[in-house]
Amino acid sequence: MSELQSVIAIGFVLAGAFFMFVGSIGLLRLPDFFSRTHATGKSDTLGIMLVIFGLAIYEGFNINSLKLMLAVVFVALANPVGTHALVRAAFKQGLKPWFKDVSEKKARKG
Amino acid sequence: MEKVFTYIGIVLTVIIAIPFIRVIKGPTLFDRLLGAGAIGTKTIVIICLIGFAMGRIDMFVDIALTYAILNFIGSIAIAKYFELERGENE
Repeated sequence: MSELQSVIAIGFVLAGAFFMFVGSIGLLRLPDFFSRTHATGKSDTLGIMLVIFGLAIYEGFNINSLKLMLAVVFVALANPVGTHALVRAAFKQGLKPWFKDVSEKKARKG
Repeated sequence: MEKVFTYIGIVLTVIIAIPFIRVIKGPTLFDRLLGAGAIGTKTIVIICLIGFAMGRIDMFVDIALTYAILNFIGSIAIAKYFELERGENE
């Protein structure tokens, strides 16, 4: 039982670390602010949820794993909300979205 | 088993260094804020892993929850501030 528990926990933690790595690469490589928010808003949230869920599986069923699940729920609620608030502030400040070429921008405007 | 958590913590520290590049060279202010928020949310996981590696998860999980709440409130407060400032100037 404990061996299986450890293997499942390590699998979850490694999957979460992979998603966090992908989110970091996206934050570095994507072209503008509004597309970079995809990386931290979705991929990072999934990665953090997977890592903490794996740690809760490793811990077993007690008060600490309950608190870890509370952290999972809080991250799932708070991280997209914070990212969305930042995007909303940037859009109200007048930051322009990025377009691939100029003709598409003209088509969108006109 | 605790050694595995130590190694994963080292890997996550390297992963945290990647948004720090964005914080340093971000073209706009919001890029820097986004990178700082990403670093803050990844630090929650680092704190939990440190707790498992040291065998004191009962103490470190409370620190992780508090850090998550403070990071969220800071992000929301900065976003609200920039939203309001433009409205007063116009």
